[in-house]
Amino acid sequence: MKKLIIAAAVVFAGLQAGTARAAEDTDPPARDWSFSGVFGQYDRAAMQRGLQVYREVCAGCHSLRLIAFRNLEALGYGEDEIEAIAAEYTVVDGPDDEGEMFERPGLPADRFPSPFANPKAAAAANNGAVPPDLSLMIKARDGGADYVHALLTGYVDPPDGVELLDVQSYNLYFPGHLTAMAPPLSEDAVAYGDGTPATVERMASDVVSFLAWTAEPAMEERKRMGIKVILFLLVFTGVLYAVKRKVWAGLH
Amino acid sequence: MSEFKPTNPVIRWIEHRLPIFSFIDHAVGSGYPTPRNLNYWWNYGSLAGIALVILIITGIVLAMQYTPHADYAFDSVERIMRDVNYGWLLRYIHMNGASFFFIVVYIHLFRGLYYGSYKEPRELLWMIGVTLLLLMMATAFTGYVLPWGQLSYWAARVITNMFTAFPFGETIVTWLWGGYTVGNPTLNRFYAFHYLLPFVIVGVVFMHIWALHRFGSSNPVGIEADGPQDKIPFHPYYTVKDLFGLGVYLTLFAALVFFAPNMLGETINYVEADPLVTPAHIVPEWYFLPYYAILRSVTFDIWFLSAKLIGVILMFGSTLILFLVPWLDRSPVRSARFRPWYKWFFWIWVFDVAVLTWVGANLPVPPYLYIGQVASVWYFFHFLVILPLLSIFEPTKPLPSSIGEPVLKGGGASAAGAASKPMEKA
Ligand code: HEC
Ligand code: HEM
Repeated sequence: MKKLIIAAAVVFAGLQAGTARAAEDTDPPARDWSFSGVFGQYDRAAMQRGLQVYREVCAGCHSLRLIAFRNLEALGYGEDEIEAIAAEYTVVDGPDDEGEMFERPGLPADRFPSPFANPKAAAAANNGAVPPDLSLMIKARDGGADYVHALLTGYVDPPDGVELLDVQSYNLYFPGHLTAMAPPLSEDAVAYGDGTPATVERMASDVVSFLAWTAEPAMEERKRMGIKVILFLLVFTGVLYAVKRKVWAGLH
Repeated sequence: MSEFKPTNPVIRWIEHRLPIFSFIDHAVGSGYPTPRNLNYWWNYGSLAGIALVILIITGIVLAMQYTPHADYAFDSVERIMRDVNYGWLLRYIHMNGASFFFIVVYIHLFRGLYYGSYKEPRELLWMIGVTLLLLMMATAFTGYVLPWGQLSYWAARVITNMFTAFPFGETIVTWLWGGYTVGNPTLNRFYAFHYLLPFVIVGVVFMHIWALHRFGSSNPVGIEADGPQDKIPFHPYYTVKDLFGLGVYLTLFAALVFFAPNMLGETINYVEADPLVTPAHIVPEWYFLPYYAILRSVTFDIWFLSAKLIGVILMFGSTLILFLVPWLDRSPVRSARFRPWYKWFFWIWVFDVAVLTWVGANLPVPPYLYIGQVASVWYFFHFLVILPLLSIFEPTKPLPSSIGEPVLKGGGASAAGAASKPMEKA
C-alpha cells in the first residue's frame, strides 16, 4: 500500500513537471484571486471594472466572440443596463426583405462584435500578429489568471544585447519574451466610475477577473453544487461503510 | 449456494418464461459464490463497469448538442459549456470520467499482474481484458479529437501520421483521413467510431464477465477454493463492499469534477484547431504518456527499419505484449505474496511505467530521452526476460493449505464453524 502511494506520488509529480515544463520562461507569480479555492467566487465590482477595461482598451484589438450582452447579467447588471450597453454597439444584421445587409444598434442577444472583420484584417492592423480571442484566454494558457496578469504587468526594458524590432515589446512572461502586443495598459488608461484609482496593477487584475468569468461562467454554480455533492457523498459513503461492517461482522 | 426460488408471483411468472432473475442472481447475486478473502483491489472491476456506464450516459446526452463539423465543433462544445442547462456538468463528468476510467482499469490490470490473475485457467479472461484496454484507447483517442481544439487536431495528425512508417503509408493515411489532411471527414469518422466503440466495449465486457464466471474470481493468496467454506455469496457481501468502494470513488471523482475539472487536461486544447499553427508541445492525454515515451525513445534506424517504424511497433507492442503474459510467466504460484522476487520486480515495473509517464510529458531531449530509453528497454526486459527467468529460478514461499487458513487465523475446525453461519443466511 505504502509503495503504491509512493508510485502514485511519482506519477503525479511527473504530471506536475509536465505542466510546468511548457513555461520554460519565468513562472508567473501565484496570486490570491477571489475566485481561487474551493469557496472562491467572482468579485462583481472587479468584473464590472474589468469589463470597462476590456471595452475601452483591449476591445480595440481583441474579440470576445463567445460572450453575448445578455450574459453580463452575471456581473450584476440589470436588464436596462444591459440593453444600454448593447445599444452602444452597432451590429450588422440581415439580409432584410430587399436582400440587403443593414446596421442596427446591438440587442442583449447579440454577441460582442469583433474589432476586425477576419484574421487577415487583424494581422494587417497588428504588424502580422493576430490578437487572439479573449473569451477562453484564462483557460487556454498555462498559469491561467496568474499568467495573464503577469503578462499585462510584465513589460520591462529589454536586457542588454536583446535587439527589438519597432513592433516588438519585451515582456518577462510572454513565451520567448518578444511580443507583438505593445504594453496595452498605462496609468489612468480608463477612468473608473466608482472612483477606484486606475493603476496598471488594478486594471490588470480587474480585466483578469472579468476574463476569468468569460472563460468559466458556470464556476460559481459548479463550486456551490460541488460542496453539496461532496457533503452528501461523504455521509452516504460513511453509511455504506457502516453497513458493510455490519454485513461482514458475522464472517470474521 | 442456494437455488433461486422467487416467491413473488409476478417474478415467478416472468422467470418461468424468461429466466432473467436467476441470471442476475447468478451474475451478481446470492447465487454467485465468491472467495471470502478478496481485498479492496478486487473492487476495481465493478468500478470500471460503473465508470463505463457513466461515460455512456453522459456521452449520449452530450451528443444531443454536439456538432461534428470542423467549423462548428469547437463552438458547439462551448455552447454546451455556456448555454445548455448543466452542459458544463455533463462535459466535465465525461472528460474526467475518461481519466478516471483509465485510472481504475490500470489499477485493475496492475492488480491482475500482482496477484497472477492471468494464470491458468483465466488466460482468456485476461486476454479479453487486454482487448478491452485496446478498445478503450481507441475510444479515448477518437473522443479527444471531437472538441476540435489545438491538441485534438494535432494529436489526430501526429498519431495517424504514424502509419506513414508502414509500406504504402501515404495511401493508408489518406484513406484514414478521408482527404489529404486531417479535416472534416476525419472528424466525422472519428465521431462515428467514438459513438460505436463504447457499445462494442459493453459487448466485450459481457464476454469478460462470462469468462470470469466460468471459474470465478481468483483471490489474494491465489489458490483455488477447495470447498464451500472458502466462498461466500456475492450478495450481500460483495455488493455492499463494492457499493462502499463506489462511494469512495464517487467522492474523489466529484472533487475533481467540481473543483479541478481541467487539472488533467492541457490548456491549449481551449484554443480552436488551427492547421497552420503547430503547438510547441504536442502531448497526449496523461493515460497515453507511457506509450508516447516509448514511441519517441527510438531515435535511430536499425538496418532497413526506420526509427519511426520501430517506435510505432514498440508502442503497440507495449500493450500487445500483455496478451502473452500468461505464457511468459510460467511460475506455478499465482500471488506475488508468495513470490519474494517477483514482488520486487513488479514494483520496479510499476515505477518504470511511472517514469515513462513522466518522460512522455517532456520533450524528447536529454536527459529525458535517455531516461526514456532506459525505461523503455526495462519495460520489455521485464516481460521478455525477467518473467521467464523468475519462472525457473525463483524460490517461492510455501502456499497456505486453504483460503480459509490465513483469513481465519484459528484454521481447520473453527474455520468451518465460522463459515457455516453466513452460508445458512444465504
Ligand atoms: C494594439 C492592439 C492590442 C491591444 C489594445 C491589446 N492587445 Fe493583447 N494582443 C495583441 C496582439 C497583436 C497579440 C499577439 C501577441 C503575439 O503573438 O506576439 C496579443 C496577445 C494577447 C494575449 C495572449 C498572449 C499569449 O500568451 O499568447 C493576451 C492574454 C492579451 N493579448 C491580453 C490583452 C488584454 C487583457 C488587453 C487589454 C488590457 C489587450 N491584450 C490589449 C494586441 C493587443
Ligand atoms: C472496460 C474495462 C473493464 C471492465 C468494465 C472490467 C470489468 C471486470 C469485472 C467486473 C471483473 C470482476 C471484479 C474484479 O475482479 O475486480 C473483472 C475481472 C477481471 N478483469 Fe476486468 N474489466 C475491464 C478491463 C480489464 C482489463 C484492461 C484487464 C487486463 C488486461 C482486465 C482483466 C481482468 C481479470 C484478469 C479479471 C479477473 C481477476 C481475478 O479474479 O483475479 N480487465 N473485470
